[in-house]
Amino acid sequence: MSDQSNTHAIEADHSGHHEHVAHIMPLPFLIGTFLALLFFTWLTVFLADQDIGEIDIFIALGIATVKSVLVATFFMHLRYDKAFNVLMLLFCLGFVALFIGISLLDSTQYQPAIESFYNATATVEP
Amino acid sequence: MSAAVETHDQAHHEEGDHHGHHHPFQAHHFETMQQQFDSGKLGIWLFLFTEILMFSGLFCAYIIYRYNHPEVFLFAHKYLDTTLGALNTVVLIVSSLTMALAVRAAQKSQQKLLVAMLTCTLILAGVFLVVKYFEYTHKFDIGLYTGRDNISYQLQNPSMYPEAHDELIKIQKAHAAAEHSAEEHTIAEEEKAAEHPSEHSSEHSAAAGHDAGEHGEDHGASIEALAHAPRNTQIFFGIYYMMTGLHGFHILAGMVAISWLLYRSIKGHFSASYFGPVDYVGLYWHLVDLIWIYLFPLLYLIRS
Amino acid sequence: MATITPDTQIDIGHNDDPNSNYLTSSRGFLSWALTLDHKRIGVMYLVGIFGAFFLGGVLALLLRLQLLMPEGTFSFISLDRYNQLFTLHGAVMTFLFIIPSVPAALGNFVLPLMVGAKDVAFPRMNLASFYLWVFGAIFFLIALVTTQLDTGWTFYTPYSIETQTNVIAATCGAFILGFSSIFTGLNFIVTVNTMRPPGMTWFKMPLFMWAIYATAIIQVLATPVLGITLLLLTAERVLHIGIFDPSMGGDPVLFQHFFWFYSHPAVYIMILPGMGIMSELMSVYSRKPIFGYTFIAYSSIAIALLGFLVWGHHMFVSGQSPMSAVIFSGLTFSVSIPSAIKVFNWVATMYKGNINLATPMCYALSFIFLFSIGGLTGLFLGALATDIHLHDTYFVVAHFHYVMMGGTVIAFVGGLYHWWPKMFGVMYNEFWGRVFCAVVFIGFNLTFFPQFIMGSQGMPRRYATYAPEFQLYHDLSTIGALTLGIGMVGAIAVLVISLFNGRKAPANPWGAATLEWTCTSPPPYYNFEHAPHVGSPYDYTGLKYDPQVGGYVRDPNAAPASESGH
Repeated sequence: MSDQSNTHAIEADHSGHHEHVAHIMPLPFLIGTFLALLFFTWLTVFLADQDIGEIDIFIALGIATVKSVLVATFFMHLRYDKAFNVLMLLFCLGFVALFIGISLLDSTQYQPAIESFYNATATVEP
Repeated sequence: MSAAVETHDQAHHEEGDHHGHHHPFQAHHFETMQQQFDSGKLGIWLFLFTEILMFSGLFCAYIIYRYNHPEVFLFAHKYLDTTLGALNTVVLIVSSLTMALAVRAAQKSQQKLLVAMLTCTLILAGVFLVVKYFEYTHKFDIGLYTGRDNISYQLQNPSMYPEAHDELIKIQKAHAAAEHSAEEHTIAEEEKAAEHPSEHSSEHSAAAGHDAGEHGEDHGASIEALAHAPRNTQIFFGIYYMMTGLHGFHILAGMVAISWLLYRSIKGHFSASYFGPVDYVGLYWHLVDLIWIYLFPLLYLIRS
Repeated sequence: MATITPDTQIDIGHNDDPNSNYLTSSRGFLSWALTLDHKRIGVMYLVGIFGAFFLGGVLALLLRLQLLMPEGTFSFISLDRYNQLFTLHGAVMTFLFIIPSVPAALGNFVLPLMVGAKDVAFPRMNLASFYLWVFGAIFFLIALVTTQLDTGWTFYTPYSIETQTNVIAATCGAFILGFSSIFTGLNFIVTVNTMRPPGMTWFKMPLFMWAIYATAIIQVLATPVLGITLLLLTAERVLHIGIFDPSMGGDPVLFQHFFWFYSHPAVYIMILPGMGIMSELMSVYSRKPIFGYTFIAYSSIAIALLGFLVWGHHMFVSGQSPMSAVIFSGLTFSVSIPSAIKVFNWVATMYKGNINLATPMCYALSFIFLFSIGGLTGLFLGALATDIHLHDTYFVVAHFHYVMMGGTVIAFVGGLYHWWPKMFGVMYNEFWGRVFCAVVFIGFNLTFFPQFIMGSQGMPRRYATYAPEFQLYHDLSTIGALTLGIGMVGAIAVLVISLFNGRKAPANPWGAATLEWTCTSPPPYYNFEHAPHVGSPYDYTGLKYDPQVGGYVRDPNAAPASESGH
């Protein structure tokens, strides 16, 4: 792979190279991201086998979030992308949170009703 | 494109061209390649947002069931093979890297490297699906289908599904006979438990499930453990199949898109001045990877 | 571009060159079926959705006629058949007609012209969107012909899991239509973002574009959730995954959350473009700049965003917790604020305006009246206590018909009349246009106002039979529905007849200042030879009526339009 171009890799917006319409990601960043992803994958599997109690789900999801931020920032070029696209992504994630959050809001309150319906109609022997 | 469009395209280019040169892949309605690239980029991002929201429905269903029925998840995840899941995670991460390198190669007009990287990505996508195939078939072998076809549901309804129950008895007998002398006692106990699987035995069933996970190939042991599955275990598998199935479908769609890129890159379409499609498919591929990054801990690494 | 010229060389801006006219520039079935031209796709959508509108309308008239008698008028409509009819009426009207009506048909035609662009950003995706619509429609027709879908358009579980009818065909149809809608919305967002001409800043965009943009945001964010909901419902029926099925321990309320997360914002997908049309009509036909431009623009976005926060008001009586109900009720009231801002601004635009009561303006005035009733009755339904009484009665039916039909459809027809000369290069008969507008207005009120009364007296919706005390209202409603049907058919007929004997339309018959009126009528294949000059979309000072042209021309002697010193 051609490493000699890394020195002037961040030449995206230089009008001298008018045919470059976007940023080229430097190779070390890509490799670094890749190695970090492998490390976090190992870490999350390793931690899953340790006995860390109730919070392990949050640790696992935290690691997943770190990994996804890495992918989004470097593999998906968001670090060098238009701010508008980043804003839209955050906006979209806000809607995901809204959707899941409000759906979860009262789910425990009507579960007993579902439970009693289930007990009254289900064929499964209790 | 219809013939009429072509002729108008030509006619227009002669008079309406302000820039002196037109890239062969510049669409007629864009003023510059930059505008075309930015439009495509915004378009693919918006498409990815729709994908995120689509998957968020499944994540929402997952969270609600996990929150209300943690025992089901704790029991059922043991039928998922963490090693294979982790393997697939690594496969996808590597494929993400090769895809990112492919985009880089296209940006730098390195045709051969582009073709090589796209081929790697395609192969890794295939590897992912093959691993997924083995995971699925293993579950089907045990009888872990969706809904009422799921063996755990059938074992909890011996009156409706006597075949499943009979098979359980058969396996238990064979199992017990092979193991120890106190078989009469075991069968009686197992039968009793199979007919009255209840919440209070969750600890016991969790232990049994773990046992099954340890000896994944041991068909009989798994079925015996499933007789003690908590109620509604089949819903976990419903969610599992929907999440991984939809994700797998996206992998397939990505493979089609990458094949198309491969075809075009072999024809030499992509260069530093035109690499939009590689970039867009790349973004899509990374998103598919991202979703798996969440699916893996949520489905395979349930420990509490 | 037309100018005030001697008699001998009047250029009214009508497109006489058949090679340039987008309608005639290429011939043959394939030149339409494979076209990538946004104008032709818009026209194909227009034909398609009117087909769906006709089907939905016939189903509605059948329902109304059946309700003439308390025990049903026709013996061939059984109770089950009645369920199927109202299900299909609702599903066809929402999924096949209203959602694509303004954005996909009018928006497709007008939006790129308004931006001064040659096409939308992704023409192929635009065509794909149309074909997805066609496939979705075919699935709905399959559901209509093969079985008796009777779930209501909402597909509530667990009934939709248990019923023997062809739910899968209908959900596949709605799933495909969802993608069609996403494609349209995505295209419009990108077009507005990246293809505006240099002089057109965000706050120089016509308000119709703001409205379409806000709609597109909802389409892109909400529709995927409908997709996954319908996918899960299909999986529920095929694989019995049990997520929504209480007999398997599933959660039916979750289905309602999923469904309404899309379907409430979808209500704003339906009304927002109508509001955008209203902003154009009010300003053009009052010959006065729109009052409160920025407020109208921001209120479109506010409606789009607030629309995502209120879905729970559909679930007040279906198992949702009291706390959620209170939150949703409060948020529901907040949506009325931006809606009211718009209505006030439209009315203020008319104040001291030079009002031209052309047919589109008649529809616009109808809209204000009907939408106000529809919007204000919504407040009763958003309030928790009254909703318990009014839930699932004809009051709800009347409310949403006032908003959807009295709002969106009226605005849509008004917009169609407004842009008709541009689309097909012909002027319709103004007199008959107004007459049928009046017939529609009277018929509409006669149909749905009695439903408010019987609803508040307790007549439940979706019932095939009713107590004799409601007969008067039902009969009035049926007579109104027939009148409405005649009015709608007449309004469309006026337009269709104009295609054959209408006078040639000038470039700018109404004196509007938005860019689509600067190209010829009908537009040439490539819309604009040169990127048009961008001025204020609501500045009418330079536009003078020229009786020889039969329309408005920009007066070369007038002071140059405002700030842009081109």
